[in-house]
Amino acid sequence: MFDALTKSAARNIFYGGSLAFLLIFVSLTAHSHYYVVNTSTAKAPITDGVVLGKHVWEKHSCINCHTLLGEGAYYAPELGNVFVRYGGDKDPAAARETIKAWMKAQPTHIEGRRQMPQFNLSEKELDGLVDFFAWVSKIDTQNWPPKVSG
Amino acid sequence: MKYESQKVALAYFIVALALFAVQVTVGVIAGYVYVAPNFLSELLPFNILRMLHTNSLIVWLLLGFFGAAYYLVPEESETEIHSVKLAYLQLAILVIGALGAVVGYVFRIHEGREFLEQPLWVKLGIVVGALIFLFNVTMTVLKGRKTAITNVLLIGLWGIAIFFLFSLYNPSNLSVDKMYWWYVVHLWVEGVWELVMAAVLAFLMLKMTGVDREVIEKWLYAIVALSLFTGLLGTGHHYYWIGTPSYWQWIGSIFSSLEVLPFFAMVLFTFNMVWKRRREHPNNAALLWALGCAVLAFFGAGVWGFMHTLHGVNYYTHGTQVTAAHGHLAFFGAYVSLNLAIMTYAMPYLLGRQPYNQVLNMLSFWVMSSAMAFMTFTLTFAGVVQTHLQRVLGQGYMEVQDQMGLFYLLRLGSGLVVVIGALMYLWSIFGPVKPELVERGSSAAPAE
Repeated sequence: MFDALTKSAARNIFYGGSLAFLLIFVSLTAHSHYYVVNTSTAKAPITDGVVLGKHVWEKHSCINCHTLLGEGAYYAPELGNVFVRYGGDKDPAAARETIKAWMKAQPTHIEGRRQMPQFNLSEKELDGLVDFFAWVSKIDTQNWPPKVSG
Repeated sequence: MKYESQKVALAYFIVALALFAVQVTVGVIAGYVYVAPNFLSELLPFNILRMLHTNSLIVWLLLGFFGAAYYLVPEESETEIHSVKLAYLQLAILVIGALGAVVGYVFRIHEGREFLEQPLWVKLGIVVGALIFLFNVTMTVLKGRKTAITNVLLIGLWGIAIFFLFSLYNPSNLSVDKMYWWYVVHLWVEGVWELVMAAVLAFLMLKMTGVDREVIEKWLYAIVALSLFTGLLGTGHHYYWIGTPSYWQWIGSIFSSLEVLPFFAMVLFTFNMVWKRRREHPNNAALLWALGCAVLAFFGAGVWGFMHTLHGVNYYTHGTQVTAAHGHLAFFGAYVSLNLAIMTYAMPYLLGRQPYNQVLNMLSFWVMSSAMAFMTFTLTFAGVVQTHLQRVLGQGYMEVQDQMGLFYLLRLGSGLVVVIGALMYLWSIFGPVKPELVERGSSAAPAE
């Protein structure tokens, strides 16, 4: 069968097929974009705090130790649902204080335990970060992760 | 070497290999931090180490691709490179960008999206460098002979540049951010990079086996068709749990399962060409790397990718050490081996020597490959343990990590062996030349 295929036929299949699949892919992502904005992330508004929190998250390259919705560095816990893990779905104020206190207490200096650096965040930045975690925890992720442990 | 301007590739390869040394060195340090977490925890925390490890990898692979293009395009197009000066200017821009990024990371100057941590000025530098490159290579191809190899290579390299533009888009909605982030990351390594890989492998097969160009180029088009037919919609396997619609679970599972096909086709292709070879090329080491590349890419990218790509499996394994296992062998098999193959092939010509230090070079292949395979096995075992304890039983992350110490120790050991293998490779390329030990039969057809 492969012998019957000519080089120019193979080339045309490559061009035509790739273009078709690219168009399908781009249309589906366009629909997904619309779905994300209007459905799966629509439960909570993107406030200034969330925007600041995402900026803080990126500024300190948190993704290169932690994972966020499963993507990142696998060296430290998943944080997509950290707000829920600290009970934020039931008592948001207490979860906020616990996360902020945790951030301030780093590093632990415990021998043999992975160390998180001290990032010296301002009160505003800490609140923004928690706003960001709270917002992320409300994304409809098709029930991922399977356990609250992340 | 038939064209004077191919010499440009030498500079690219040297810089790429220097960064390769940085990458594996930092990799071992990071592997050591897994075992002794207090090491460097304030001076160079893990997040900085990992940025250095991944970014130096990506940059050296890209520099290797650029070098490979500058080496093979003149031979394919049968003409000198459009502008040698531009090629060196491009390299200078990329080196300044890479050094700026590396030094900046150490001083905590970076952005914060995984793999795209380069500060904006470095990103823009990469875009400028890529534009110079594309202009230069496209002009060369346009004035010379057009072949399927340059054609596919160019489409791949244009794709790399176009999809990189999505790195400049960072929306405040995390789910939207992630969706387009994969336009760079997935559509690079499971899309257009495969075009570059297939084109370079086709070039190596053409030169080393002497099989008809018509046959090789037909294979090439078939392989890259499979790559994009499966890889584009295969992006869906990253859209399971980030807030995107549930239909991606089906699309992603089906198409990313098929992503194994182009890699299997590359195995069939390279082995078939070698079996049907019409000449005995003297550079056995380059042939070994080319065949090894296809096989290891099939296992690392293909089999290990498939292992956790079905959404029902991925629901439990997503973001565990299973992913790390796959990532390590996929990058090593597909892209590291590819670069080391073309460098092994081209270096003797670039330095005006007969193929040299081949025994050491081939030994370095076996040392590095076995160590990477071992690393992949240990991380896979670690990932399975982690998946069960954390994702099925619901134990806490840190508690589970404590159970995985033995695997991390074994991984560190295999990492050290990789560094030894890398040093052997570098020595075989740059070290002193001794008379060859291997006796070879006479060639049926003259080698190119």
